[in-house]
Amino acid sequence: MNWAGLYTVLSGVNRHSTAIGRIWLSVIFIFRIMVLVVAAESVWGDEKSAFTCNTQQPGCNSVCFDHFFPISHIRLWALQLILVTTPALLVAMHVAYQQHQEKKLLMLRGHADAKHMEEVKKHKMRIAGSLWWTYVCSVVFRLLFEAVFMYIFYMLYPGYQMMRLVKCEAYPCPNTVDCFISRPTEKTIFTVFMLVTSSVCIILNMAELVYLVVRACARRSQHHSNPSSGKGSFYGHKHSSEYKQNEINQLLTEQDGSLKDMLRRNSGLQEKGDRCSAC
Amino acid sequence: MDWGTLQAVLGGVNKHSTSIGKIWLTVLFIFRIMILVVAAEKVWGDEQDDFVCNTLQPGCRNVCYDHFFPISHIRLWALQLIFVSTPALLVAMHVAYTRHEKKRRFRNGEKIDIEEIKNEKIHIRGPLWWTYTSSIFFRIVFEAVFMYVFYYMYDGYQMPRLVKCEAWPCPNTVDCFVSRPTEKTTFTIFMLAVSGICMMLNLAELSYLVIKICMKESRKTT
Repeated sequence: MNWAGLYTVLSGVNRHSTAIGRIWLSVIFIFRIMVLVVAAESVWGDEKSAFTCNTQQPGCNSVCFDHFFPISHIRLWALQLILVTTPALLVAMHVAYQQHQEKKLLMLRGHADAKHMEEVKKHKMRIAGSLWWTYVCSVVFRLLFEAVFMYIFYMLYPGYQMMRLVKCEAYPCPNTVDCFISRPTEKTIFTVFMLVTSSVCIILNMAELVYLVVRACARRSQHHSNPSSGKGSFYGHKHSSEYKQNEINQLLTEQDGSLKDMLRRNSGLQEKGDRCSAC
Repeated sequence: MDWGTLQAVLGGVNKHSTSIGKIWLTVLFIFRIMILVVAAEKVWGDEQDDFVCNTLQPGCRNVCYDHFFPISHIRLWALQLIFVSTPALLVAMHVAYTRHEKKRRFRNGEKIDIEEIKNEKIHIRGPLWWTYTSSIFFRIVFEAVFMYVFYYMYDGYQMPRLVKCEAWPCPNTVDCFVSRPTEKTTFTIFMLAVSGICMMLNLAELSYLVIKICMKESRKTT
């Protein structure tokens, strides 16, 4: 499992994202992961071997390196990228679950042939209902992880700048020892580059969040003003896949509703998320 | 995610390019990315390890290396190649958006064959022409900017054999020797030449697109 494997996994999610989500994914893969792999890793490659201290005291080199670099930038970026990309898998799981429900429904209605099953797999899911909430949560988590890692970077390496020289007093170094870092300017350039792309990703995520909320409110107000529109508004060909998809969606929600009714009757609890907040 | 994946991503864009665009993409992959990966990276591989200074002063070598090579040629080329190839994705996004719009119109009842939408060749006209031309323009700008950055940072395109360093903690002035200067100069000039060729291909493509649209317009008016 490497970055290419992650790319394969996340490309599938791409289909069910918004346009901004797709741009975000491209920025992540091209300007962050790719730059990390082809450029940044070789800059930090010799960070320990070329870390020189002005002393011959054995162990001083290692101790000072460990003191000033508790965790390398490269590893921090790798963790950041993994954590930031994984909330998208929540969406993928939800979509897979919905597709599974649709297939079950098709089987119940007797349309269990290969063509219909393929259609279920291929069509793009609308970001509405519970999927909307999952999608919004994934975007919020992305934002949170980005911000947390930027803060960690700032705490560990104040000012995002790499020094040329650090003065080390840790045991067993005698008194104060000058230690020189390898390629500080190149490292600063890449740190700033990764910081800028991280900020671009944060802005894209915020834009996506705003877009989703605005779209949901617009749909809701449209639904209130024109109750006949909404789910059945796609009056395309009766045999078109989109029309069938809407039929299926309607049936699913009805079925969902009836399941919920059953549960409510049995347990006497009020279902909180009953209202369709983003339909 | 490495050059191979970038090639896969950009290979898709190839379908909607002009012939000059396809030649440009081939030149990019074979003469620049491939040369970078199979040859240049090895030449610059030992750039810091074999950067030797005429002093025993600890830290002097690190500091002098950092002073004369703020960012390595290899990294600059990698960034240049990434930036130069990404405008093509704008075109891919526009094509995907056009197809999405056609599908939406199909959903709303117009008679469009949905299978044809996927397979049809997109003609470069209308708003797609503007997107395509902008992407070529950005490519040219990025190429020029990186060529300038190279020139500015390394005072010309030649790698010196010896650099004289006075940065602290080096005592007085210290002679430092760069590893493989001739080989590095050869590759720098090669990459510069190919970069120049790519820029000319981009300019040719831009002129071709502009002339094609002018001819169409003049045919419409006559």
